[in-house]
Amino acid sequence: MPFNRDLSRRRLLQGAAGATLVSSLGMPAVLRAQSGPIRIGHLTPLTGFLGPLGEYAQLGVKLAVSEINEAGGVNGRPIELVMEDSVNPQTASAKAERLLTRDDVVLIIGEISSSSGLAIGQVANRLNRIFINTGCNSDELRGAGCNPFMFHVEAANSMYVQTAGQYLLENGLVEGKSWYTLTADYAFGHDLLRVARNFLEKNGGTFAGEDLVATDTTDFSPFILKIRRARPDVVISNLSGNQVTNFIKQYAEFGLPFPISGFDIPTTAAWAAGPGAFSGIWPSVWHHRVDTEGSKAFITAFVEEYGKLPENQAWGDYNAMKIVAAAIGELGGADSPEIADYLRTGVEFDVLKHRPAFFRPYDNQLVQEMYAVRAKSAEQMEDATDVYEALGTVPLPDQSLEIIAPPRDGACQMPA
Amino acid sequence: MEVIFLLEQVLNGLLVGAYYLLLALGLSLIFSLGGIVNLAHGGFYAIGAYLAVVLTRHLGWAPAFVASPILVALLGVVVERLFFQRFYRRDPILSILLTFGLAMVIEQSLRMIFGAAPLPTSIPRALSGTVIVGDFLYSRYRLTILAVAILAVAATWLIVYRTSFGRVVRAGVQNPDMVGALGISLKPYMTAIAALAIGLAGLAGVLLAPISGVHPAMGAEILTAAFVVVVIGGLGSFWGVIIAALLVGVVRGVTIYVFPPAGEASIYLLMVVVLLIRPRGLLGERIERFE
Repeated sequence: MPFNRDLSRRRLLQGAAGATLVSSLGMPAVLRAQSGPIRIGHLTPLTGFLGPLGEYAQLGVKLAVSEINEAGGVNGRPIELVMEDSVNPQTASAKAERLLTRDDVVLIIGEISSSSGLAIGQVANRLNRIFINTGCNSDELRGAGCNPFMFHVEAANSMYVQTAGQYLLENGLVEGKSWYTLTADYAFGHDLLRVARNFLEKNGGTFAGEDLVATDTTDFSPFILKIRRARPDVVISNLSGNQVTNFIKQYAEFGLPFPISGFDIPTTAAWAAGPGAFSGIWPSVWHHRVDTEGSKAFITAFVEEYGKLPENQAWGDYNAMKIVAAAIGELGGADSPEIADYLRTGVEFDVLKHRPAFFRPYDNQLVQEMYAVRAKSAEQMEDATDVYEALGTVPLPDQSLEIIAPPRDGACQMPA
Repeated sequence: MEVIFLLEQVLNGLLVGAYYLLLALGLSLIFSLGGIVNLAHGGFYAIGAYLAVVLTRHLGWAPAFVASPILVALLGVVVERLFFQRFYRRDPILSILLTFGLAMVIEQSLRMIFGAAPLPTSIPRALSGTVIVGDFLYSRYRLTILAVAILAVAATWLIVYRTSFGRVVRAGVQNPDMVGALGISLKPYMTAIAALAIGLAGLAGVLLAPISGVHPAMGAEILTAAFVVVVIGGLGSFWGVIIAALLVGVVRGVTIYVFPPAGEASIYLLMVVVLLIRPRGLLGERIERFE
């Protein structure tokens, strides 16, 4: 990472200028109704164990906005971002309400915590405004917690489990094997554990142990000692955010022989593990080695702007913003019910992958290609970011994209 | 539940307690002597970790591990001279505001310079690997941390309890006015103690950098636990802090063995129980000016 003071000073000045700009925009709403900028709300955690991901989310959405505005805006109107730290579910809910009712944003993009995402989705639904989730994985948001105004660019837990699961099955790490799972103790983790359990039991595996882990845990040694005594065939991480980094590093430190895998790995956690510490098969919604023209252009633009590689979270918020701009451009207005109807027609979007993606109307999930990756050893790594090799796409090119989506079990009931 | 599994967690808990100790000892020193609740202590811990990462790239790990805590201690001198010194005899609320602000400045500065994502760090090759003693598994690196922590704590004890410097400091804790009346200026002593305390926080950051995520909020993450240790141990008590740190490590480890979701919560429960039985903490001394 560059030790670049100038860059940060410039960013500080930009921030200050931005703050002045925002406060000076407190003019009557009538004036900017049709000709002024289109204001988009962005909420994501910047503090706490998901904070590192939130920073990338902001970088991603800002890059999308600057590209859109440089190309002349949407129907001639520039996009203006109003970005906030969502902090926790209570704050996220309050800020979502304020953004939509007082700050005149047309819709909200963002979030990473499934608990906060659920809260924002409820506010959005009540106010008939769109919320595009870019980082919450819980199936519950696509199931019992679904609503017609909440859309999901982020993949669901089911999709992550199916993706890594395909390769775990192929490598003989499921049938007849015992898993020891460590699970983040909040909505996301509980949901993921449920999905993972279904997968394991359906495919003839058992549990050697399943521990819930508080989100503020930084020392995993007591868990690792328990794993050593339980002698599982596979260790599975259902952890989240900074937990993943700490666990991977410390698991390598203790040198246990059981292979490790998991169903969510922020790329930043793999980068931070350090050479040799990261191992196993993992799923990814997008990674910096995806070999498409769109991804390459995105990576080039991101590196040029910020001096570092984008990761999965930057991809999510970047694409959500691009999808919103495409929809508003197509419709000629930013009316949320109209955008929702449009997105639910099954219109396809280029999300920088081999195949275009679309929202399925059943639960508003973006149905898309996923990737499985395998960690590289220290010797195989070409540089500090070369942490894994691509195993392939899930589903395969000739399979329906929907086969990995959460089951249509009727849990999601959209009002007609 | 096998006894040996439990014993393993107890021993590991003692080891984990050593990390808490390095942070808590400094907190306790600054509070006991100056009456300052140093909410920026976690910030100095984070600075220590970042320094270790940056210096390791240029100097290699061994010089980096030695230089980083010293640099953090020097930063402590500056901070003490510029800020702490003005708040020793004032309302504690003021120093809480000051250090709270300082903690935010440090965290945001690290975020602006390095970004929010954790930096990649590794255990130095010479210290990696594991040691098996009987049926127990230990990480060689953690044993190294333990050894360094024991040395650091012993050195601190010698300075505070076995030198004329320490005698003045301890007298200053009990009655600063009397020390002043005897013609001794506490100022340089305060500076030295703050540098020592903040240097210990830096040392903790350096030691933990290879096995935990090095990110801007790492200080905030660990500071609460360090405060819990100080409160349980009792103010002004050297041994109280040591016993509390080890106790916290053990209680947390055993809780994770028995009921993992309560692992982090268990230390707060322990604090409540201790305060109910002994409001002054395990070995807390009666300090006139805090009564």
